[in-house]
Amino acid sequence: MDMQVAKKKLSLKEKYKLLTRDLGWDTTYHTKDEVFPYVQYEGIKIHDWDKWEDPFRLTMDSYWKYQAEKERKFYAIIDAHAQNNGHLNITDARYLSALKIFLQAISPGEYAAGKGFARMGREFPGVGTQVACQMQSIDEIRHAQTQIHALSNYNKFYNGFHAFADARDRMWYCTLPRSFFDDALSSGPFEFMIAIGFSFEYVLTNLLFVPFMSGAAYNGDMATVTFGFSAQSDEARHMTLGLECIKFMLEQDPANLPIVQGWIDKWFWRGFRLLGVVGTMMDYMLPKRVMSWREAWNIYGVENGGALFRDLARYGIRPPKGWDDAEKGIDHMSHQFMLALYQYNFGTAFHSWIPSEDEMEWLSKKYPETFDKYYRPRWAHLSKLKAAGTPFANMGLAKLCQTCQIPTVFTEPDDPTSICQRETEYKGEKYHFCSDGCQHIFENEPEKYIQAWLPMQQLFQAPINGDLGAWMNWVSLIPGKDNGDFDGSEDERNFAAWRQQATSNQ
Amino acid sequence: MSTVFIALQANEDTRPIIDAIVQDNPTATVNRQPAMVKIDVPGSMTIKRETIEEHIGRAYDLQELQINLITLSGNVDEDEDSFTLRWNS
Repeated sequence: MDMQVAKKKLSLKEKYKLLTRDLGWDTTYHTKDEVFPYVQYEGIKIHDWDKWEDPFRLTMDSYWKYQAEKERKFYAIIDAHAQNNGHLNITDARYLSALKIFLQAISPGEYAAGKGFARMGREFPGVGTQVACQMQSIDEIRHAQTQIHALSNYNKFYNGFHAFADARDRMWYCTLPRSFFDDALSSGPFEFMIAIGFSFEYVLTNLLFVPFMSGAAYNGDMATVTFGFSAQSDEARHMTLGLECIKFMLEQDPANLPIVQGWIDKWFWRGFRLLGVVGTMMDYMLPKRVMSWREAWNIYGVENGGALFRDLARYGIRPPKGWDDAEKGIDHMSHQFMLALYQYNFGTAFHSWIPSEDEMEWLSKKYPETFDKYYRPRWAHLSKLKAAGTPFANMGLAKLCQTCQIPTVFTEPDDPTSICQRETEYKGEKYHFCSDGCQHIFENEPEKYIQAWLPMQQLFQAPINGDLGAWMNWVSLIPGKDNGDFDGSEDERNFAAWRQQATSNQ
Repeated sequence: MSTVFIALQANEDTRPIIDAIVQDNPTATVNRQPAMVKIDVPGSMTIKRETIEEHIGRAYDLQELQINLITLSGNVDEDEDSFTLRWNS
């Protein structure tokens, strides 16, 4: 890049002051409380909004300049990818499943975050915070757009990409991220900042975007690595905003500490549940693997999350309540999730498969304590059923967790042989949970979570009335094309045929 | 001591920047992964505009880092001369 650097007239600090705080004004027609009606009710006390400062000191003029540069880089690569049959350069068409999950489950979350930050940019009284939230809102919309745009090149050739918006609204595995974002969006502004700015951005997006995107690069997917890193470059700013916001709340008033700690506990666990799918993508869906979910967790969870909580300890913050249970789940969750996806793959708009012998060797090396003992025998059993012409499909409906909405497929933290299930009775109704963490979240705010829209219940309501074919139609899943085992799928056949054509003159 | 890190895209823009970071932070560990470079430093890391300018041979605005930045960890402090990441523990 050959960017012209103009002679500085103002220092960065002066420029930041002029282009943020000096743009604010005090209201006279209405009181501040009338203009910003939502900043009180959560109980967070702020005495001086001017104490909040963006440590990057990014102002709108620079923001547009650098974002435009990122977009130019992004589109140069996306064009090259489309022009050069980039879709045939991926290692293996199984990898496409990871992209389908990304588009159906994650990109709509970016859009939801964009809506949320647009609202926060309006609801917070501090000008520095308003400006940073506005930038983040535009970033998130950019992420949704660039992801949809990049993946539209795959939609030209492969199944499962065509109806991501319907999947977002209706598909059972998509309600997991959707409920996460809906929960955050229906919270107050400070809780939203902890949910998205802190837990999601700081603690979790590194795990989503960094090793997975590096994996995309390893798997020859130029388009995805480009949108991934382009998005994560904004996330670096978002993480910093999230961390600044949390420090700001804690520094403003000691009474904020217990409220903030409660939100950290809640949103860490909600985010951790969301990561189950990311772990599965890393361990099972990248044909060429860069690192295991466990290795990524050690770097970005244990090491980096640990550093963060040690840093915040000076304010009285302790690591989130579910931290130890999370650690106990790391060596199990991707296997349990992939087994669940495989059993229900008649109802997924992506393919799953039984890992090859070679892949099982890799998994057993990366998970020496758990894979051979608990999971290899199950895959071996599923292989046997498949070889006998009777592949296993689980036609029973899984019990869903009322909070995170994942089927209860995860095991007890201290016993990987029994499924973890909890229940709470509230106003005469029974509610089910996948973990202590999700049960606690419900019990703190039952009136919120009893309203949850749950996909399995929807299946039995009109107009579907329990009919599987009608359900597929309703979620825009084309049976025999979008769903099922990768082995024998149209995607598998087409990829092989087109790649063959690309390397010969037949 | 906690580790701070910065990850940059692996490309021609960042090659001299990485050299400059390593020069200013002698305890840095450079991890090269597909398409990215992650630099870890115990405690804190300072990236200096002047050192980058020496390596690239032109004037540099530290905010240009945004373009090739992938992720970071630690409390950020940035002004026109330096960009610092630090854990206070």
